Amino acid sequence: MKPLARILFATASLILIATFIVPIWSIQLDAPQYPEGLGMKIYINAIGSGSGNDLENINGLNHYIGMKRIEPEAIPELKIMPYIIGALIGFGLLVAAVGRRSLAWTWVAMFIAIGIVGMWDFYQWEYDYGHNLNPHAAIKIEGMSYQPPLIGSKQLLNFTAHSYPDIGGWIVGGAILLGACAAIMKRNTPKIEKKKMTNKSNPSYAVLEEAVL
Amino acid sequence: MKAKMWIPAVLSVVIVGAYFYGCSTQKETAAVSGDVASKVYVPPGKYDEFYNFVSGGFSGQLSVYGLPSGRLFRVIPVFSVDPEKGWGFSEETKPMLNTSHGFVPWDDAHHPELSQTDGVPDGRWVFINGNNTPRIARIDLTTFRTAEIIELPNSSGNHSSPFTTENTEYVVAGTRFSLPIPNNDVPISTYKENFKGALSFVKIDKSTGGMEIAFQVLVPGFDYDLAHAGKGPSHGWMFFTSYNSEQANTLLEVNASQNDKDFIAAINWKKAEEYIAQGKFKEMPAKYAHNVFNDKTHSATSTMMQSVKMLNSAECPGLIYYLPTPKSPHGADVDPTGEYIVGGGKLATVIPVFSFSKMIKAIEEKKFDKEVDGIPVINYQAALAGEVEKPGLGPLHTEFDGKGNAYTSFFVSSEIVKWSLKDFKVLDRVPTYYSIGHLCIPGGDSKKPWGKYVIAYNKITKDRYLPTGPELTQSAQLFDISGDKMKLLLDFPTIGEPHYAQAIPAELVTKNQKRIFQLKENEHPYGAKGEKEARVERKGKEVHIYMTMIRSHFMPDNIEGLQVGDDVYFHITNLEQDWDVPHGFAIMGADNSELLIMPGETQTLKWSPKQVGIVPFYCSDFCSALHQEMQGYVRVSPIGSKVELTANTR
Repeated sequence: MKPLARILFATASLILIATFIVPIWSIQLDAPQYPEGLGMKIYINAIGSGSGNDLENINGLNHYIGMKRIEPEAIPELKIMPYIIGALIGFGLLVAAVGRRSLAWTWVAMFIAIGIVGMWDFYQWEYDYGHNLNPHAAIKIEGMSYQPPLIGSKQLLNFTAHSYPDIGGWIVGGAILLGACAAIMKRNTPKIEKKKMTNKSNPSYAVLEEAVL
Repeated sequence: MKAKMWIPAVLSVVIVGAYFYGCSTQKETAAVSGDVASKVYVPPGKYDEFYNFVSGGFSGQLSVYGLPSGRLFRVIPVFSVDPEKGWGFSEETKPMLNTSHGFVPWDDAHHPELSQTDGVPDGRWVFINGNNTPRIARIDLTTFRTAEIIELPNSSGNHSSPFTTENTEYVVAGTRFSLPIPNNDVPISTYKENFKGALSFVKIDKSTGGMEIAFQVLVPGFDYDLAHAGKGPSHGWMFFTSYNSEQANTLLEVNASQNDKDFIAAINWKKAEEYIAQGKFKEMPAKYAHNVFNDKTHSATSTMMQSVKMLNSAECPGLIYYLPTPKSPHGADVDPTGEYIVGGGKLATVIPVFSFSKMIKAIEEKKFDKEVDGIPVINYQAALAGEVEKPGLGPLHTEFDGKGNAYTSFFVSSEIVKWSLKDFKVLDRVPTYYSIGHLCIPGGDSKKPWGKYVIAYNKITKDRYLPTGPELTQSAQLFDISGDKMKLLLDFPTIGEPHYAQAIPAELVTKNQKRIFQLKENEHPYGAKGEKEARVERKGKEVHIYMTMIRSHFMPDNIEGLQVGDDVYFHITNLEQDWDVPHGFAIMGADNSELLIMPGETQTLKWSPKQVGIVPFYCSDFCSALHQEMQGYVRVSPIGSKVELTANTR
């Protein structure tokens, strides 16, 4: 790997540190009575409120439809995920140090696989919360379930649920893309490419072009 | 002879008639014109530009309106009980209405005053006076609740209150009725020798707003009416109007209207601080209540204070000077620059405008006419900047637009008159409907008025609204003062009797709003911070029910084992932590009120069952789709019953 590629790869690993601070996913609930909305923020190691006591208030409302309380302590993934991300950062830095492309591809592939498993797991939790309801709930509507969308927006009674990646999610996506770019970069840049590069003094353009090639 | 007598009589009738005819035609021509509706229209969901804090007068409360719409948002209970909010009925709020006379459930609230920083309203607190049983209340604008009430000893009829100094160092109180100090059993006819006034300076804590009577000043026994603090160059002075310098004790309408001039008392409170520091005060026994509400314990405490520091004006040279002011003055209003002091003589034919710098010069040059009880009376002309001539009849109160103009209310001629502070000439006049008392310009008594509107607070409405029997609505009127001429925009009804009012740009208040009380910060001794803490406890005849409420149930909601003659305390904690989700609590046969409990708050209703049987209770504030299901029962058994005390929600 070229030095630039190795720097990019190290960067891809290091920006993942931010996911320990910022949420990776966000579920926003809007209703006529909640013009300001109720928000739920999913971190790699916690579930928090969009603002104030939102999570507590979502749990309070959910009891009417018989949904289980969302208790972060009861979700084991939140304990495992920090180690997985930590391992990815460590492995990524190792790849950058060794500079072997095959290892870089392994990292990217692993990361994508973890991402897919993560989304599948997220879907399972959503399904469980949305379908596994208390039969004695005050509000029961035949055929109605309350599973929020995996990604996108959906109407659930008076609430519209919006489920989208948050800053941390975009960082994860960016890290995978950056890692893939670094892996794709060729050791020797052809002369024609170099000429093009001189046209654009900014090397990052070159990186992108090479990635496209 | 007879014919000759007739001529002047007829003539005088014609003249008086012409005068009143003049007034009435003036009223008719002052119909609203142009597109005024759009100027007061606040579209649904949009906010008003200003908050308007309007005294509730004999309701004892403070009302909150939006301007320019004139919409009523809230009535804040202050001096009077309010069963709607449990104010004065819940165990926690009862101490707020405690006084040296015991629990007093009513008062007459006249003058709201916003706290100021650098002479400009800062949106932290509103102070308001209780006129009847002399008190000052402080309302916290983060919660729009009364946070503190302090009683004023040696005072009766606290009218000239609670005007603030430019950094809210002090708010003041006076006494409309002079009294024997200390009060004792004397013939009323000995007024002149035995009756005195006391002017109070209440110190305000900069960070908490906490009130304490720093000192009182013993003054001659007149009726002290209104006040305003100096600002800028006159900072350090407070100006109180007084009437009844005749010291009449009966038929005041005649006997207190004889002197050509009464007085504005100019008090150098910085000098008073020096005298206090030098120990020139007398620590005087005085019993007065100091009541404070705590937002962590959600409870009030009432402390009976025992003494005040009293300065005797006769023994403190340089503390007070009298400005002779025609005639039975009401308002003492200081312009934004702090140079002019405007007196509003109720029976005067001119508006006197005093100059602060001339007053200081007159003091230095000792231009005094005489002394009253050792207080120098400054020569009228020596302190006078000018007089507004033929302004109208019955000038009461003046505020300022910050553009060099003053606006004075006239009760008798029922109008607002705009005049210039440059040459004291009248610029414009508009009728009010009817008989205006105070007026208000947002920030109009401060250094920087937001001079967009003037609002008239009227004493009489007669034919202005749909009639409602003998008792008609009270009212305010909004005028646009952004141009040269005042323009009537809107009439809006008000509660009680609106006396003074203040207005402030909304964003200075909205940014500090509290939405909920944090449950984890709840320090109420009987609070239950979660359903696991809900329980019942018996201590002899006292039963304490630690109850929680959350959409849409109580915990516990089935209580058995209560007995006739028990004192049952429902201590109810609202577990909600969401904005705008209060719950109510109402129990059948309660001889007090409901409770209205905010998220995170604990309140207590005392209930003494008198009959055997089942008694229902429920949530009285529509809270959720299953609000009607939010209910429960208590079982009341005979005295000595073996029914076990139990409580549950299953």
